[in-house]
Amino acid sequence: MQSKNLLELAGAISSGAVRVVDLTFTLSPDFPVIVLPPEFGQAAPVRIQEISRYDGRGPAWYWNNVTFGEHTGTHFDAPIHWFTGKDLPNNAVDTMPAKDMIAPACVIDCSAEAAQDPDFVLTVPLVEAWESKHGRIPARQWVLLRTDWSKKGWRDYSNLRDDGAHTPGPNPAVMKWLVEERGIIGFGTETIGTDAGQAGHFEPPYPAHHFLHGAGRYGLQCLCNLDQLPATGAVIVASPLKIQNGSGSPLRVIALVGSN
Amino acid sequence: MKKSQRTPYDGIVIAAPVTIPYVRYSIESAQWWIGRALGALVAQAGIKASDIDGLCVSSFTMGSDSGIGLTQHFGLCVRWLDTIPLGGASAIAGLRKAARAVQARDADIVACVAGDTNHVDSFRLTLENFSRFNQDAVYPYGAGGANASFALIARNYMRTFGVTREDVGRIAVAQRANALRNPHALMKAPLTLEQYLAARPISDPIHLFDCVMPCAGAEAFLVMREETAASLGLPAARLLSTIERHNAFADDPMQVRGGWAMDIGELYAMAGVKPDDLDIVQTYDDYPVITMMQFEDLGFCKKGEGAEFVRAHDLTIDGDFPHNTSGGQLSVGQAGAAGAYLGLVEGLRQVLGTAGPTQVSNASLGLASGFGMINYDRGLASGAAIFAGPSR
Amino acid sequence: MIDPIKPPRRKNPLLRTRLPASPPRPRSRTSHGFTRAAAEGRFMLQRCEACGAFAYPAREACPSCLSPALAFADAPRQGTLLAETTARVPSDVYFRERAPWRIGLVKMVCGPTIVAHLHADCAEGAPVRMSFQLDKGGQAVAFARPEGDTPNMADDRQWREMTADPKFRRVFVTNGRSLIGQEAVVALKAAGAKTVFVGVAEPWRPFAGEDLLRRQEGVEVVTLDAADEKSAADLAADIGGKVDILVNTTEYVRAGGLLDRKGTSIARDEIDQAYLGFINLAQAFGPAMRMRGADGVNNSVAWVNILSVYALANWPAFGAYSASQAACLSLSHCLRAELRPGGIKVMNLFTGPVDIEWFQTVPPPKVAPRAIAQAIVSGLRGGLEEMYVGDVAEEIRQRLAANPKALERELDK
Ligand SMILES: [Zn+2]
Repeated sequence: MQSKNLLELAGAISSGAVRVVDLTFTLSPDFPVIVLPPEFGQAAPVRIQEISRYDGRGPAWYWNNVTFGEHTGTHFDAPIHWFTGKDLPNNAVDTMPAKDMIAPACVIDCSAEAAQDPDFVLTVPLVEAWESKHGRIPARQWVLLRTDWSKKGWRDYSNLRDDGAHTPGPNPAVMKWLVEERGIIGFGTETIGTDAGQAGHFEPPYPAHHFLHGAGRYGLQCLCNLDQLPATGAVIVASPLKIQNGSGSPLRVIALVGSN
Repeated sequence: MKKSQRTPYDGIVIAAPVTIPYVRYSIESAQWWIGRALGALVAQAGIKASDIDGLCVSSFTMGSDSGIGLTQHFGLCVRWLDTIPLGGASAIAGLRKAARAVQARDADIVACVAGDTNHVDSFRLTLENFSRFNQDAVYPYGAGGANASFALIARNYMRTFGVTREDVGRIAVAQRANALRNPHALMKAPLTLEQYLAARPISDPIHLFDCVMPCAGAEAFLVMREETAASLGLPAARLLSTIERHNAFADDPMQVRGGWAMDIGELYAMAGVKPDDLDIVQTYDDYPVITMMQFEDLGFCKKGEGAEFVRAHDLTIDGDFPHNTSGGQLSVGQAGAAGAYLGLVEGLRQVLGTAGPTQVSNASLGLASGFGMINYDRGLASGAAIFAGPSR
Repeated sequence: MIDPIKPPRRKNPLLRTRLPASPPRPRSRTSHGFTRAAAEGRFMLQRCEACGAFAYPAREACPSCLSPALAFADAPRQGTLLAETTARVPSDVYFRERAPWRIGLVKMVCGPTIVAHLHADCAEGAPVRMSFQLDKGGQAVAFARPEGDTPNMADDRQWREMTADPKFRRVFVTNGRSLIGQEAVVALKAAGAKTVFVGVAEPWRPFAGEDLLRRQEGVEVVTLDAADEKSAADLAADIGGKVDILVNTTEYVRAGGLLDRKGTSIARDEIDQAYLGFINLAQAFGPAMRMRGADGVNNSVAWVNILSVYALANWPAFGAYSASQAACLSLSHCLRAELRPGGIKVMNLFTGPVDIEWFQTVPPPKVAPRAIAQAIVSGLRGGLEEMYVGDVAEEIRQRLAANPKALERELDK
């Protein structure tokens, strides 16, 4: 591609001809995190500690110390996050190819189904139905599962009951199929985790993690504003922090959306 | 163990009673007041400061100074020095020590001085830092100071012996009458018994006119041998007898008597006089109820008869029992440790015939007492002295 | 007999809030034997080990036999009020503001006479029972109450200065997710607290007992993640001006010590929750509480910490947890000093293992959360500073005093 085309893109972004949609939740201490049984190690929630705020601790400047787990807020999962991807080359956020951080996305709208059933699962037939409308999912593209889950209050968002979380996600078959048959670059959701709330009971457990990372692919979760994306054609920019040997990181996810 | 016979004070005299008139508040230091008293002593006795070879000092507000600092401060070179922190008993205790010093010729002329200043916060600071027991176990209880402590003693005493406020008030009222003749008394207005009874409560049953007014001032006198006084041509009173006692009757659950009761026989025996012989009596009157207690303990009546005694006698200058003739601390003011000296110094003036407007006619035999240091629940120190003027 | 105190009216915003003052604080070092007694609600006097005589005030030698062996020992509380007085014009700001103030001299059956603050129902010549209390300066003072209970006894004006009674006060229980927190809410309401605010972290996460908590009248569930600086500050902005008693029920218990744990992430959570949470709470709520220490009938009065008794001696099975508790204990002493100008009491309540899931495998005896809640109330009513709840806590305290090394070795198993 010639530079002038890139400059044209930049101009279009600047003019608004290409829309930039922010798919990211604000990184805040009170954002829900994944819930594991308490005897396991836990993701540290986000902590923001003021260093100074134009005061005695620093008269002219404001800044914070921020700490968080790699899997807090809107965040990115690298292959090394799961045992299936632990031996792959370049499987961590600092070693993954930078070019993988920009890719187009197919958005599958299941908001109606998820509204009916919090345990809704995406299946191969549902994706095939989507493809029949929007065409075959090309290789090296993101598949984003729209459920409008990000619009819920946080209690409903995490939707914890005494048998665990009840939130939508993919079933094992569709994950295996998307990875092996469609060669997607990654899978993204609005919920906490790329997997369904009850995916621990699937076979294999947590199939999105299992198949994506086993194949060196990526996960994105806690996304929002997916309702502002077209079914196809949006370009996702998702570049995690370059944490040494990091398994993931909170990040700013944006989508570039052209006019049709 | 048998008590030994005390050496008499033969030939020991007291001269040059000095009072530096009191003021309610002073921006000066205690050292300033003590310096003025020393100056007045030298002037009144017609001696040089270098003639003073003994110094005895009492003060609450000298800060970190004691007697030794004062020698350099005032240019005194002494061969006998004492600092006496005994509050209301300081004058009697100082007199006793000075008398023995000149008797033994450790010194020839001892200046006994007490002085205190009164800044606006002096009184509170004195209360806060009075003693360890007071700090630990009294002051944190309402911070009423001596008023609260004496209130407990007064209440118990009055209930035990059926004493009324009216009985106690007679003492204060008589002293005010005396004070009206003393130009240096801070209290200038007459006081009736009705006014006394109507005064506002401070710490029940202590009311306003039971309390002394803290102020600044100084008092002093010289102690020497008779021949020294004669050689200087100084009129002087002879010291006949003294007593001193601390922490007496510790087993009394509450104080209804002071240490005088323990030593009274010795006091009169040593002086060779009876209570009836006394022409003037100066008690330590930080509260009139304590004065009533002294009337009993000093032998003017029996224990429990103080109220009756007060009712039966006229305590004014012209009365049949002239008492606290200057007006006492209740009406003149309490200048800290100088309050201990007030009665003794006035008593000396009386027997020397130099008391001026408060003079009791033909006064020649006097008694002054001291009382002090309410360390915890009672006054610990007591003392008394009997002295005679040249006419006796 | 005294009238019951009335519920405080709403604050008149036109009036300046009275600032706290302290009663006289200086004491001799020996006199702090009474401070220790008062902190634990014991009545102790010096007793001569040579002749058996009791002494008061604090001394360095026995006034009966001059023996220096004067140990503080529990003493009979009975005495008789010999005389009383009412200080009407004290020379000290604290008492002047609270005058008239009644004190008296009490003859103890065990010998000494004691100047004491008086409960209004004490009468001259009548028997009294004596206690040492911590006053607003944090120092021990003797307090005489009538021998038997009298109506509305705890409402006595002078007694209430010494205590932190929940009656009519607004209490903030910081963690309502824990059983202790939930029991504390119930107990404090029952003790007459006007409002109990109860903090819940991560409100999106359901928890047992939540419905009951939300249903109780006079209980207000508020969002608080104590370990989050902003969460604590935000909540304080909301309710900080009306917290009269803060009960820190932070609970983060994990088994394990050093070598059999990997890394620091659990330790970090322990520190985050217990220690940094404490700091956040203190910084958010402490200043306003300290300012409101003399703010009427429902003035700010107390801060309560629930601490493991293993803060005093490390229990290796819960070694890192013990250390986090020790850190909190140390911090509580700092808080106590810093809240002192407000007259706010900091009460530490030490417990052994509590009957909760995190001590599931620990054999009994374990402390019931309800017992802790009841101890909180009784400690506040008594104005205490240290409490040991349950047999384990009491035993650890005694063993620590007897031989710290023996305790250390014996906890190592
Ligand atoms: Zn003894």
